[in-house]
Amino acid sequence: MDFSTSLALIAPELVLSLSGLALLLVAAWAGDRAARTISVLACMALGAAFALCLPVVNGGLAGADRIAFDGQFRADAFASLAKLMIYAASLAALVLAPAFLERIRSMRAEYPVLVLFSAVGMSIMVSATDLLTLYIGLEMQSLAAYVLASFVRDDNRSAEAGLKYFVLGSLASGILLFGMSLTYGFSGSTAFDAIGVALGGDLSTGALFGLVFVMAGLAFKISAVPFHMWTPDVYEGAPMPVTAFFASAPKVAAIALLTRVLMEAFGSQVDSWRQIVVFLALASIVVGALGAIGQDNVKRLLAYSSINNVGFILIGLAVASSAGTSAMLVYLSIYVPMTIAGFVAVLMLRNAAGEPIERIADLAGLSRVRPAVAWCLMIVMFSLAGIPPMFGFWGKFVVFQAAVQADMVVLAAVGIAASVIGAFYYLKIVKVMFFDEPSGAVVSGVGERGDRSLGTLLALSTLMISPFGFLATGWLGAVADRAAASLLLLA
Amino acid sequence: MIGVEHYVVVSSILFVLGVLGIFLNRKNIIVILMAIELILLAVNLNLVAFSAFLGDLTGQIFAMFVLTVAAGEAAIGLAILVIYFRGRGTIAVDDVNRMKG
Repeated sequence: MDFSTSLALIAPELVLSLSGLALLLVAAWAGDRAARTISVLACMALGAAFALCLPVVNGGLAGADRIAFDGQFRADAFASLAKLMIYAASLAALVLAPAFLERIRSMRAEYPVLVLFSAVGMSIMVSATDLLTLYIGLEMQSLAAYVLASFVRDDNRSAEAGLKYFVLGSLASGILLFGMSLTYGFSGSTAFDAIGVALGGDLSTGALFGLVFVMAGLAFKISAVPFHMWTPDVYEGAPMPVTAFFASAPKVAAIALLTRVLMEAFGSQVDSWRQIVVFLALASIVVGALGAIGQDNVKRLLAYSSINNVGFILIGLAVASSAGTSAMLVYLSIYVPMTIAGFVAVLMLRNAAGEPIERIADLAGLSRVRPAVAWCLMIVMFSLAGIPPMFGFWGKFVVFQAAVQADMVVLAAVGIAASVIGAFYYLKIVKVMFFDEPSGAVVSGVGERGDRSLGTLLALSTLMISPFGFLATGWLGAVADRAAASLLLLA
Repeated sequence: MIGVEHYVVVSSILFVLGVLGIFLNRKNIIVILMAIELILLAVNLNLVAFSAFLGDLTGQIFAMFVLTVAAGEAAIGLAILVIYFRGRGTIAVDDVNRMKG
Protein backbone atom coordinates (compact mmCIF):
# COMPACT_ATOMS: atom_id res chain seq x y z
CA MET A 1 0.00 0.00 0.00
CA ASP A 2 1.76 3.15 -1.15
CA PHE A 3 1.30 6.65 0.06
CA SER A 4 -0.85 7.93 -2.81
CA THR A 5 -3.40 5.15 -2.34
CA SER A 6 -3.64 6.10 1.32
CA LEU A 7 -4.17 9.72 0.40
CA ALA A 8 -6.92 8.74 -2.03
CA LEU A 9 -8.67 6.86 0.76
CA ILE A 10 -8.73 9.85 3.07
CA ALA A 11 -10.02 12.19 0.34
CA PRO A 12 -13.09 13.36 2.34
CA GLU A 13 -10.93 14.29 5.35
CA LEU A 14 -8.41 16.00 3.09
CA VAL A 15 -11.12 18.11 1.46
CA LEU A 16 -12.49 19.12 4.85
CA SER A 17 -9.21 19.87 6.57
CA LEU A 18 -7.71 21.79 3.65
CA SER A 19 -10.84 23.87 3.18
CA GLY A 20 -10.97 24.37 6.95
CA LEU A 21 -7.43 25.76 6.95
CA ALA A 22 -8.09 27.94 3.92
CA LEU A 23 -11.31 29.30 5.42
CA LEU A 24 -9.52 30.00 8.69
CA LEU A 25 -7.15 32.24 6.75
CA VAL A 26 -10.08 33.95 5.06
CA ALA A 27 -11.69 34.42 8.48
CA ALA A 28 -8.53 35.97 9.87
CA TRP A 29 -8.19 38.21 6.82
CA ALA A 30 -11.73 39.36 6.18
CA GLY A 31 -13.12 39.21 9.70
CA ASP A 32 -16.70 38.67 10.75
CA ARG A 33 -18.13 40.45 7.71
CA ALA A 34 -17.25 37.37 5.69
CA ALA A 35 -19.06 35.01 8.07
CA ARG A 36 -21.89 34.29 5.63
CA THR A 37 -19.57 33.64 2.71
CA ILE A 38 -17.41 31.35 4.83
CA SER A 39 -20.52 29.47 5.94
CA VAL A 40 -21.54 28.88 2.34
CA LEU A 41 -18.06 27.72 1.38
CA ALA A 42 -17.92 25.40 4.40
CA CYS A 43 -21.29 23.93 3.35
CA MET A 44 -19.86 23.28 -0.10
CA ALA A 45 -16.83 21.52 1.41
CA LEU A 46 -19.09 19.32 3.50
CA GLY A 47 -21.20 18.58 0.43
CA ALA A 48 -18.08 17.55 -1.50
CA ALA A 49 -16.96 15.27 1.32
CA PHE A 50 -20.48 13.81 1.45
CA ALA A 51 -20.34 13.06 -2.27
CA LEU A 52 -16.95 11.38 -1.87
CA CYS A 53 -18.34 9.01 0.76
CA LEU A 54 -21.49 8.04 -1.18
CA PRO A 55 -19.93 5.49 -3.57
CA VAL A 56 -18.21 3.69 -0.67
CA VAL A 57 -21.54 3.30 1.12
CA ASN A 58 -23.45 2.25 -1.97
CA GLY A 59 -20.80 -0.27 -2.98
CA GLY A 60 -20.49 -1.63 0.56
CA LEU A 61 -16.74 -1.52 0.11
CA ALA A 62 -14.66 -3.29 2.74
CA GLY A 63 -11.50 -5.28 3.24
CA ALA A 64 -7.79 -4.79 2.82
CA ASP A 65 -7.92 -2.26 -0.02
CA ARG A 66 -9.80 0.21 2.19
CA ILE A 67 -7.01 0.35 4.76
CA ALA A 68 -4.83 3.45 4.71
CA PHE A 69 -1.49 4.25 6.34
CA ASP A 70 -0.52 0.71 7.36
CA GLY A 71 -3.62 -0.06 9.37
CA GLN A 72 -4.10 3.31 11.07
CA PHE A 73 -7.24 4.19 9.21
CA ARG A 74 -10.02 2.28 7.48
CA ALA A 75 -12.40 3.92 5.01
CA ASP A 76 -14.92 1.08 4.77
CA ALA A 77 -18.68 1.22 4.22
CA PHE A 78 -19.35 1.34 7.97
CA ALA A 79 -17.18 4.41 8.48
CA SER A 80 -18.50 6.06 5.33
CA LEU A 81 -22.14 5.58 6.34
CA ALA A 82 -21.37 7.19 9.70
CA LYS A 83 -19.56 9.98 7.85
CA LEU A 84 -22.61 10.63 5.67
CA MET A 85 -24.68 11.22 8.81
CA ILE A 86 -21.94 13.34 10.40
CA TYR A 87 -21.55 15.55 7.35
CA ALA A 88 -25.30 15.95 6.96
CA ALA A 89 -25.68 16.94 10.62
CA SER A 90 -22.73 19.36 10.41
CA LEU A 91 -24.27 20.89 7.30
CA ALA A 92 -27.51 21.41 9.20
CA ALA A 93 -25.60 23.03 12.07
CA LEU A 94 -24.06 25.44 9.56
CA VAL A 95 -27.38 26.25 7.87
CA LEU A 96 -29.25 27.04 11.05
CA ALA A 97 -26.51 29.01 12.79
CA PRO A 98 -26.41 32.40 11.01
CA ALA A 99 -30.07 33.27 11.58
CA PHE A 100 -29.77 32.57 15.29
CA LEU A 101 -26.31 33.95 15.96
CA GLU A 102 -26.77 37.13 13.94
CA ARG A 103 -29.83 38.01 16.00
CA ILE A 104 -27.74 37.99 19.18
CA ARG A 105 -24.79 39.60 17.36
CA SER A 106 -22.51 36.63 17.91
CA MET A 107 -22.03 35.34 14.39
CA ARG A 108 -18.30 35.12 13.96
CA ALA A 109 -16.33 33.87 11.00
CA GLU A 110 -14.80 31.12 13.15
CA TYR A 111 -18.07 29.25 13.65
CA PRO A 112 -18.11 27.40 10.29
CA VAL A 113 -14.37 26.73 10.57
CA LEU A 114 -14.79 25.13 13.99
CA VAL A 115 -17.67 22.98 12.72
CA LEU A 116 -15.47 21.86 9.82
CA PHE A 117 -12.58 20.89 12.11
CA SER A 118 -14.98 19.09 14.39
CA ALA A 119 -16.30 17.19 11.35
CA VAL A 120 -12.74 16.20 10.39
CA GLY A 121 -12.16 14.93 13.92
CA MET A 122 -15.36 12.93 13.81
CA SER A 123 -14.54 11.32 10.49
CA ILE A 124 -11.14 10.31 11.84
CA MET A 125 -12.90 8.83 14.86
CA VAL A 126 -15.22 6.63 12.84
CA SER A 127 -12.39 5.46 10.57
CA ALA A 128 -9.84 4.85 13.32
CA THR A 129 -8.44 1.34 13.56
CA ASP A 130 -5.64 2.22 15.94
CA LEU A 131 -5.74 3.68 19.44
CA LEU A 132 -3.54 6.55 18.31
CA THR A 133 -5.82 7.62 15.44
CA LEU A 134 -8.79 7.18 17.75
CA TYR A 135 -7.29 9.55 20.29
CA ILE A 136 -6.33 12.20 17.74
CA GLY A 137 -9.77 12.14 16.13
CA LEU A 138 -11.57 12.27 19.44
CA GLU A 139 -9.53 15.20 20.72
CA MET A 140 -9.87 17.09 17.47
CA GLN A 141 -13.63 16.79 17.72
CA SER A 142 -13.70 17.61 21.44
CA LEU A 143 -11.42 20.64 21.37
CA ALA A 144 -13.51 22.25 18.62
CA ALA A 145 -16.67 21.35 20.54
CA TYR A 146 -15.48 23.00 23.77
CA VAL A 147 -15.00 26.26 21.90
CA LEU A 148 -18.36 25.92 20.14
CA ALA A 149 -20.16 25.41 23.47
CA SER A 150 -18.81 28.69 24.81
CA PHE A 151 -19.23 30.47 21.49
CA VAL A 152 -21.52 33.27 22.71
CA ARG A 153 -18.79 34.88 24.76
CA ASP A 154 -20.86 37.53 26.53
CA ASP A 155 -23.51 35.08 27.69
CA ASN A 156 -22.70 33.67 31.14
CA ARG A 157 -24.61 30.48 30.51
CA SER A 158 -22.69 29.76 27.32
CA ALA A 159 -19.34 30.30 29.08
CA GLU A 160 -20.43 28.07 31.93
CA ALA A 161 -21.56 25.36 29.52
CA GLY A 162 -18.18 25.51 27.79
CA LEU A 163 -16.36 25.30 31.12
CA LYS A 164 -18.38 22.31 32.34
CA TYR A 165 -18.02 20.56 29.00
CA PHE A 166 -14.29 21.19 29.01
CA VAL A 167 -13.65 19.93 32.55
CA LEU A 168 -15.78 16.80 32.27
CA GLY A 169 -14.74 16.15 28.67
CA SER A 170 -11.07 16.30 29.60
CA LEU A 171 -11.71 13.99 32.52
CA ALA A 172 -13.37 11.53 30.14
CA SER A 173 -10.46 11.79 27.71
CA GLY A 174 -8.10 11.13 30.61
CA ILE A 175 -10.03 8.04 31.69
CA LEU A 176 -10.13 6.83 28.10
CA LEU A 177 -6.41 7.41 27.70
CA PHE A 178 -5.60 5.55 30.89
CA GLY A 179 -7.64 2.63 29.62
CA MET A 180 -5.85 2.78 26.27
CA SER A 181 -2.44 2.78 27.97
CA LEU A 182 -3.40 -0.32 29.97
CA THR A 183 -4.78 -1.99 26.85
CA TYR A 184 -1.54 -1.22 25.04
CA GLY A 185 0.55 -2.54 27.91
CA PHE A 186 -1.31 -5.80 28.28
CA SER A 187 -1.80 -6.55 24.59
CA GLY A 188 1.47 -5.15 23.26
CA SER A 189 -0.06 -3.20 20.40
CA THR A 190 -2.22 -0.20 19.61
CA ALA A 191 -3.78 -1.60 16.42
CA PHE A 192 -7.34 -2.88 16.90
CA ASP A 193 -6.83 -6.15 15.04
CA ALA A 194 -3.59 -6.95 16.91
CA ILE A 195 -5.28 -6.15 20.24
CA GLY A 196 -8.14 -8.45 19.27
CA VAL A 197 -5.71 -11.29 18.58
CA ALA A 198 -3.63 -10.66 21.73
CA LEU A 199 -6.66 -10.55 23.99
CA GLY A 200 -8.13 -13.87 22.86
CA GLY A 201 -8.47 -16.43 25.66
CA ASP A 202 -8.85 -15.33 29.26
CA LEU A 203 -8.74 -11.61 29.97
CA SER A 204 -6.01 -10.58 32.44
CA THR A 205 -6.91 -8.16 35.24
CA GLY A 206 -4.92 -5.34 33.67
CA ALA A 207 -6.58 -5.75 30.28
CA LEU A 208 -9.97 -5.90 31.99
CA PHE A 209 -9.24 -2.58 33.70
CA GLY A 210 -8.22 -1.22 30.32
CA LEU A 211 -11.51 -2.36 28.76
CA VAL A 212 -13.57 -0.84 31.57
CA PHE A 213 -11.73 2.50 31.45
CA VAL A 214 -12.02 2.69 27.67
CA MET A 215 -15.73 1.99 27.87
CA ALA A 216 -16.21 4.55 30.65
CA GLY A 217 -14.46 7.24 28.64
CA LEU A 218 -16.48 6.52 25.50
CA ALA A 219 -19.75 6.21 27.47
CA PHE A 220 -19.13 9.76 28.60
CA LYS A 221 -18.78 10.93 25.01
CA ILE A 222 -22.11 9.38 24.01
CA SER A 223 -23.59 10.61 27.32
CA ALA A 224 -24.81 7.21 28.46
CA VAL A 225 -25.97 6.94 32.07
CA PRO A 226 -24.11 7.03 34.56
CA PHE A 227 -21.84 9.39 32.62
CA HIS A 228 -24.61 11.71 31.49
CA MET A 229 -24.65 14.45 34.13
CA TRP A 230 -22.97 17.02 31.90
CA THR A 231 -25.47 16.68 29.06
CA PRO A 232 -28.47 18.72 30.29
CA ASP A 233 -26.28 21.58 31.52
CA VAL A 234 -24.18 21.79 28.37
CA TYR A 235 -27.21 21.48 26.10
CA GLU A 236 -29.02 24.21 27.98
CA GLY A 237 -26.13 26.64 28.10
CA ALA A 238 -24.72 26.22 24.60
CA PRO A 239 -26.28 28.31 21.83
CA MET A 240 -29.15 26.44 20.19
CA PRO A 241 -27.49 25.65 16.78
CA VAL A 242 -24.51 24.25 18.69
CA THR A 243 -26.82 22.17 20.85
CA ALA A 244 -28.44 20.76 17.73
CA PHE A 245 -24.97 19.92 16.47
CA PHE A 246 -23.92 18.25 19.77
CA ALA A 247 -27.08 16.17 19.86
CA SER A 248 -26.54 14.77 16.37
CA ALA A 249 -23.08 14.52 14.78
CA PRO A 250 -20.77 13.77 17.77
CA LYS A 251 -23.25 11.19 19.01
CA VAL A 252 -23.07 9.32 15.69
CA ALA A 253 -19.27 9.51 15.69
CA ALA A 254 -18.83 8.33 19.28
CA ILE A 255 -21.31 5.49 18.90
CA ALA A 256 -19.67 4.30 15.68
CA LEU A 257 -16.29 4.53 17.40
CA LEU A 258 -17.50 2.58 20.43
CA THR A 259 -18.93 -0.07 18.13
CA ARG A 260 -15.69 -0.46 16.24
CA VAL A 261 -13.57 -0.61 19.39
CA LEU A 262 -15.80 -3.19 21.04
CA MET A 263 -16.42 -5.34 17.98
CA GLU A 264 -12.88 -5.27 16.67
CA ALA A 265 -10.36 -4.66 19.46
CA PHE A 266 -12.41 -6.41 22.13
CA GLY A 267 -14.30 -8.63 19.71
CA SER A 268 -12.96 -11.77 21.38
CA GLN A 269 -14.25 -10.64 24.78
CA VAL A 270 -17.92 -10.09 23.98
CA ASP A 271 -19.04 -11.71 27.22
CA SER A 272 -16.91 -9.32 29.26
CA TRP A 273 -18.37 -6.14 27.81
CA ARG A 274 -21.88 -7.18 26.96
CA GLN A 275 -23.08 -6.88 30.57
CA ILE A 276 -21.64 -3.36 30.78
CA VAL A 277 -23.37 -2.32 27.56
CA VAL A 278 -26.65 -3.83 28.73
CA PHE A 279 -26.39 -1.87 31.97
CA LEU A 280 -25.55 1.36 30.11
CA ALA A 281 -28.46 0.81 27.74
CA LEU A 282 -31.08 0.12 30.40
CA ALA A 283 -29.86 2.88 32.73
CA SER A 284 -29.85 5.40 29.86
CA ILE A 285 -33.34 4.48 28.73
CA VAL A 286 -34.82 4.69 32.22
CA VAL A 287 -32.95 7.79 33.45
CA GLY A 288 -33.52 9.54 30.11
CA ALA A 289 -37.24 8.88 30.30
CA LEU A 290 -37.68 9.76 33.97
CA GLY A 291 -35.34 12.75 33.97
CA ALA A 292 -37.21 14.48 31.16
CA ILE A 293 -40.54 14.50 32.97
CA GLY A 294 -39.88 17.43 35.29
CA GLN A 295 -38.12 19.68 32.77
CA ASP A 296 -39.56 23.03 31.67
CA ASN A 297 -36.77 23.95 29.25
CA VAL A 298 -37.01 22.55 25.74
CA LYS A 299 -33.23 22.15 25.42
CA ARG A 300 -32.97 20.20 28.68
CA LEU A 301 -35.90 18.06 27.58
CA LEU A 302 -34.20 17.29 24.28
CA ALA A 303 -30.99 16.53 26.22
CA TYR A 304 -32.75 13.88 28.27
CA SER A 305 -34.44 12.65 25.11
CA SER A 306 -31.01 12.18 23.52
CA ILE A 307 -29.83 10.21 26.59
CA ASN A 308 -32.93 8.05 26.20
CA ASN A 309 -32.24 7.49 22.49
CA VAL A 310 -28.63 6.52 23.16
CA GLY A 311 -29.98 3.78 25.41
CA PHE A 312 -32.04 2.34 22.55
CA ILE A 313 -29.04 2.48 20.24
CA LEU A 314 -26.90 0.65 22.79
CA ILE A 315 -29.40 -2.22 22.78
CA GLY A 316 -28.26 -2.85 19.21
CA LEU A 317 -24.64 -2.85 20.40
CA ALA A 318 -25.41 -5.25 23.25
CA VAL A 319 -26.62 -7.77 20.67
CA ALA A 320 -23.02 -7.75 19.37
CA SER A 321 -23.82 -9.19 15.97
CA SER A 322 -24.06 -8.04 12.39
CA ALA A 323 -27.84 -7.70 12.77
CA GLY A 324 -27.44 -5.60 15.91
CA THR A 325 -24.91 -3.27 14.27
CA SER A 326 -27.14 -2.87 11.24
CA ALA A 327 -30.10 -2.02 13.53
CA MET A 328 -27.98 0.60 15.29
CA LEU A 329 -27.07 2.23 12.01
CA VAL A 330 -30.71 2.33 10.92
CA TYR A 331 -31.68 3.85 14.27
CA LEU A 332 -28.91 6.45 14.01
CA SER A 333 -29.89 7.47 10.51
CA ILE A 334 -33.43 8.08 11.72
CA TYR A 335 -32.29 9.73 14.95
CA VAL A 336 -30.23 12.40 13.19
CA PRO A 337 -33.01 14.00 11.11
CA MET A 338 -35.38 13.59 14.07
CA THR A 339 -33.10 15.59 16.39
CA ILE A 340 -32.29 18.20 13.77
CA ALA A 341 -35.98 18.70 13.00
CA GLY A 342 -36.78 19.15 16.69
CA PHE A 343 -34.15 21.82 17.18
CA VAL A 344 -34.91 23.64 13.93
CA ALA A 345 -38.59 23.83 14.83
CA VAL A 346 -37.81 25.38 18.21
CA LEU A 347 -35.23 27.68 16.60
CA MET A 348 -37.86 29.12 14.27
CA LEU A 349 -39.89 30.43 17.19
CA ARG A 350 -39.22 33.75 18.81
CA ASN A 351 -41.00 36.21 21.03
CA ALA A 352 -41.96 39.80 20.36
CA ALA A 353 -38.47 41.03 21.29
CA GLY A 354 -36.98 38.67 18.72
CA GLU A 355 -35.46 36.45 21.39
CA PRO A 356 -35.46 32.68 21.04
CA ILE A 357 -38.05 30.60 22.88
CA GLU A 358 -36.74 28.04 25.34
CA ARG A 359 -39.46 27.30 27.88
CA ILE A 360 -42.04 24.64 27.20
CA ALA A 361 -44.78 26.85 28.67
CA ASP A 362 -44.08 29.37 25.91
CA LEU A 363 -45.10 26.80 23.31
CA ALA A 364 -48.70 26.99 24.53
CA GLY A 365 -51.21 27.37 21.73
CA LEU A 366 -48.52 27.20 19.08
CA SER A 367 -50.89 25.47 16.68
CA ARG A 368 -52.82 28.71 16.34
CA VAL A 369 -49.87 31.09 16.09
CA ARG A 370 -47.47 29.05 13.93
CA PRO A 371 -49.49 26.07 12.66
CA ALA A 372 -46.83 24.77 10.24
CA VAL A 373 -44.12 24.67 12.90
CA ALA A 374 -46.53 23.13 15.40
CA TRP A 375 -47.42 20.32 13.01
CA CYS A 376 -43.78 19.62 12.25
CA LEU A 377 -42.96 19.59 15.96
CA MET A 378 -45.84 17.21 16.48
CA ILE A 379 -44.44 14.80 13.89
CA VAL A 380 -41.05 15.04 15.61
CA MET A 381 -42.52 14.32 19.03
CA PHE A 382 -44.58 11.35 17.80
CA SER A 383 -41.51 10.09 15.99
CA LEU A 384 -39.31 10.43 19.09
CA ALA A 385 -41.94 8.61 21.11
CA GLY A 386 -41.83 5.82 18.51
CA ILE A 387 -45.51 5.94 17.66
CA PRO A 388 -46.43 4.42 14.28
CA PRO A 389 -46.86 5.47 11.52
CA MET A 390 -44.01 7.93 12.17
CA PHE A 391 -40.61 6.77 11.00
CA GLY A 392 -39.13 6.90 14.51
CA PHE A 393 -41.11 3.75 15.18
CA TRP A 394 -39.06 1.86 12.59
CA GLY A 395 -35.78 2.61 14.36
CA LYS A 396 -37.05 1.24 17.64
CA PHE A 397 -38.61 -1.71 15.84
CA VAL A 398 -35.40 -2.89 14.17
CA VAL A 399 -33.40 -2.50 17.38
CA PHE A 400 -35.90 -4.50 19.43
CA GLN A 401 -36.17 -7.06 16.66
CA ALA A 402 -32.41 -7.60 16.73
CA ALA A 403 -32.52 -7.97 20.53
CA VAL A 404 -35.39 -10.48 20.46
CA GLN A 405 -33.71 -12.51 17.72
CA ALA A 406 -30.60 -12.74 19.91
CA ASP A 407 -32.70 -14.07 22.84
CA MET A 408 -32.36 -10.84 24.82
CA VAL A 409 -36.09 -10.64 25.41
CA VAL A 410 -35.81 -9.07 28.89
CA LEU A 411 -33.69 -6.23 27.54
CA ALA A 412 -36.22 -5.56 24.78
CA ALA A 413 -39.15 -5.74 27.22
CA VAL A 414 -37.63 -3.21 29.64
CA GLY A 415 -36.80 -0.96 26.68
CA ILE A 416 -40.37 -1.04 25.39
CA ALA A 417 -41.77 -0.40 28.88
CA ALA A 418 -39.50 2.61 29.35
CA SER A 419 -40.37 4.02 25.94
CA VAL A 420 -43.96 4.18 27.16
CA ILE A 421 -42.78 6.40 30.04
CA GLY A 422 -40.94 8.50 27.50
CA ALA A 423 -44.10 8.92 25.45
CA PHE A 424 -45.59 10.87 28.38
CA TYR A 425 -43.43 13.96 28.00
CA TYR A 426 -43.36 13.89 24.23
CA LEU A 427 -47.14 13.86 24.19
CA LYS A 428 -47.20 16.56 26.86
CA ILE A 429 -45.52 18.93 24.41
CA VAL A 430 -48.08 18.08 21.75
CA LYS A 431 -50.83 18.73 24.28
CA VAL A 432 -49.33 22.10 25.25
CA MET A 433 -49.03 23.12 21.60
CA PHE A 434 -52.47 22.07 20.45
CA PHE A 435 -54.84 22.28 23.42
CA ASP A 436 -53.53 25.05 25.69
CA GLU A 437 -54.52 28.67 25.36
CA PRO A 438 -51.85 30.70 23.53
CA SER A 439 -49.45 32.24 26.03
CA GLY A 440 -48.66 35.12 23.72
CA ALA A 441 -44.97 34.44 24.00
CA VAL A 442 -44.48 33.35 20.42
CA VAL A 443 -45.21 35.82 17.68
CA SER A 444 -46.18 34.69 14.21
CA GLY A 445 -43.15 34.74 12.01
CA VAL A 446 -42.76 37.32 9.33
CA GLY A 447 -40.16 36.29 6.78
CA GLU A 448 -36.98 37.36 8.49
CA ARG A 449 -33.68 36.81 6.80
CA GLY A 450 -32.62 33.19 7.09
CA ASP A 451 -36.12 31.92 7.82
CA ARG A 452 -36.43 30.38 4.40
CA SER A 453 -33.37 28.18 4.82
CA LEU A 454 -34.60 27.12 8.27
CA GLY A 455 -38.01 26.34 6.80
CA THR A 456 -36.49 24.24 4.02
CA LEU A 457 -34.34 22.35 6.52
CA LEU A 458 -37.35 21.74 8.76
CA ALA A 459 -39.50 20.55 5.85
CA LEU A 460 -36.77 18.21 4.60
CA SER A 461 -35.97 16.63 7.93
CA THR A 462 -39.64 16.32 8.89
CA LEU A 463 -40.33 14.63 5.58
CA MET A 464 -37.63 12.09 6.37
CA ILE A 465 -39.19 11.10 9.69
CA SER A 466 -42.79 11.31 8.49
CA PRO A 467 -44.56 8.14 7.28
CA PHE A 468 -42.95 8.77 3.87
CA GLY A 469 -39.73 7.59 5.46
CA PHE A 470 -41.01 4.03 5.27
CA LEU A 471 -40.52 4.18 1.50
CA ALA A 472 -36.77 4.11 2.24
CA THR A 473 -36.74 1.17 4.65
CA GLY A 474 -35.61 -1.36 2.06
CA TRP A 475 -32.74 0.77 0.81
CA LEU A 476 -31.74 1.87 4.32
CA GLY A 477 -31.77 -1.71 5.59
CA ALA A 478 -29.62 -2.93 2.70
CA VAL A 479 -27.10 -0.11 3.14
CA ALA A 480 -26.91 -0.69 6.90
CA ASP A 481 -26.51 -4.44 6.41
CA ARG A 482 -23.62 -3.92 4.01
CA ALA A 483 -22.02 -1.41 6.39
CA ALA A 484 -22.33 -3.83 9.32
CA ALA A 485 -20.85 -6.60 7.18
CA SER A 486 -17.92 -4.36 6.26
CA LEU A 487 -17.25 -3.69 9.96
CA LEU A 488 -17.18 -7.39 10.79
CA LEU A 489 -15.45 -8.28 7.51
CA LEU A 490 -18.21 -10.72 6.59
CA ALA A 491 -18.48 -9.75 2.95
CA MET B 1 14.87 -4.67 40.79
CA ILE B 2 12.22 -2.26 39.61
CA GLY B 3 9.78 -3.95 37.25
CA VAL B 4 6.98 -2.56 35.09
CA GLU B 5 4.44 -3.20 37.87
CA HIS B 6 6.08 -0.52 40.03
CA TYR B 7 5.58 2.01 37.27
CA VAL B 8 1.97 0.95 36.81
CA VAL B 9 1.34 1.33 40.54
CA VAL B 10 2.85 4.82 40.61
CA SER B 11 0.91 5.91 37.53
CA SER B 12 -2.31 4.48 38.97
CA ILE B 13 -1.76 6.47 42.17
CA LEU B 14 -1.17 9.62 40.13
CA PHE B 15 -4.28 8.92 38.07
CA VAL B 16 -6.44 8.47 41.16
CA LEU B 17 -4.98 11.64 42.70
CA GLY B 18 -5.89 13.51 39.53
CA VAL B 19 -9.46 12.22 39.52
CA LEU B 20 -9.86 13.01 43.22
CA GLY B 21 -8.40 16.45 42.57
CA ILE B 22 -11.29 17.15 40.17
CA PHE B 23 -14.03 15.87 42.45
CA LEU B 24 -12.84 16.84 45.92
CA ASN B 25 -11.53 20.26 45.07
CA ARG B 26 -14.04 22.96 46.03
CA LYS B 27 -11.82 25.95 45.58
CA ASN B 28 -10.71 27.00 42.24
CA ILE B 29 -10.95 25.92 38.61
CA ILE B 30 -7.23 26.34 37.99
CA VAL B 31 -6.69 23.43 40.38
CA ILE B 32 -8.99 21.34 38.18
CA LEU B 33 -6.81 22.15 35.16
CA MET B 34 -3.79 20.98 37.14
CA ALA B 35 -5.58 17.78 38.10
CA ILE B 36 -6.37 17.09 34.42
CA GLU B 37 -2.71 17.61 33.62
CA LEU B 38 -1.82 15.12 36.37
CA ILE B 39 -4.11 12.50 34.81
CA LEU B 40 -2.46 12.95 31.42
CA LEU B 41 1.00 12.66 32.96
CA ALA B 42 -0.01 9.46 34.71
CA VAL B 43 -1.05 8.10 31.33
CA ASN B 44 2.27 9.17 29.82
CA LEU B 45 4.21 7.41 32.55
CA ASN B 46 2.22 4.27 31.86
CA LEU B 47 2.81 4.50 28.12
CA VAL B 48 6.52 5.07 28.40
CA ALA B 49 6.97 2.31 31.00
CA PHE B 50 5.05 -0.20 28.89
CA SER B 51 6.94 0.90 25.80
CA ALA B 52 10.31 0.27 27.47
CA PHE B 53 9.10 -3.00 28.93
CA LEU B 54 7.68 -4.30 25.65
CA GLY B 55 10.62 -3.06 23.60
CA ASP B 56 8.11 -1.36 21.28
CA LEU B 57 8.39 2.29 20.27
CA THR B 58 4.67 2.90 19.73
CA GLY B 59 4.08 3.80 23.37
CA GLN B 60 6.68 6.56 23.32
CA ILE B 61 5.28 8.00 20.12
CA PHE B 62 1.84 7.87 21.71
CA ALA B 63 3.22 9.78 24.72
CA MET B 64 4.48 12.51 22.37
CA PHE B 65 1.02 12.84 20.86
CA VAL B 66 -0.56 13.00 24.31
CA LEU B 67 1.84 15.78 25.35
CA THR B 68 1.02 17.79 22.23
CA VAL B 69 -2.72 17.42 22.61
CA ALA B 70 -2.47 18.22 26.33
CA ALA B 71 -0.86 21.55 25.45
CA GLY B 72 -3.72 22.40 23.09
CA GLU B 73 -6.24 21.29 25.65
CA ALA B 74 -4.72 23.47 28.37
CA ALA B 75 -4.73 26.46 26.01
CA ILE B 76 -8.42 26.02 25.21
CA GLY B 77 -9.28 25.40 28.86
CA LEU B 78 -7.56 28.59 29.97
CA ALA B 79 -9.23 30.57 27.18
CA ILE B 80 -12.67 29.35 28.25
CA LEU B 81 -11.76 30.12 31.85
CA VAL B 82 -10.85 33.69 30.89
CA ILE B 83 -14.19 34.39 29.18
CA TYR B 84 -15.96 32.77 32.12
CA PHE B 85 -14.10 35.00 34.57
CA ARG B 86 -14.89 38.10 32.49
CA GLY B 87 -18.59 37.37 32.75
CA ARG B 88 -18.81 36.24 36.34
CA GLY B 89 -15.82 37.76 38.10
CA THR B 90 -15.04 34.53 39.94
CA ILE B 91 -13.45 31.16 39.27
CA ALA B 92 -14.54 29.41 42.48
CA VAL B 93 -15.89 25.93 41.74
CA ASP B 94 -18.98 26.40 43.89
CA ASP B 95 -20.07 29.36 41.82
CA VAL B 96 -20.40 27.35 38.60
CA ASN B 97 -24.11 26.81 39.17
CA ARG B 98 -26.15 28.93 36.79
CA MET B 99 -27.82 25.80 35.47
CA LYS B 100 -29.21 23.08 37.68
CA GLY B 101 -31.74 20.33 37.47
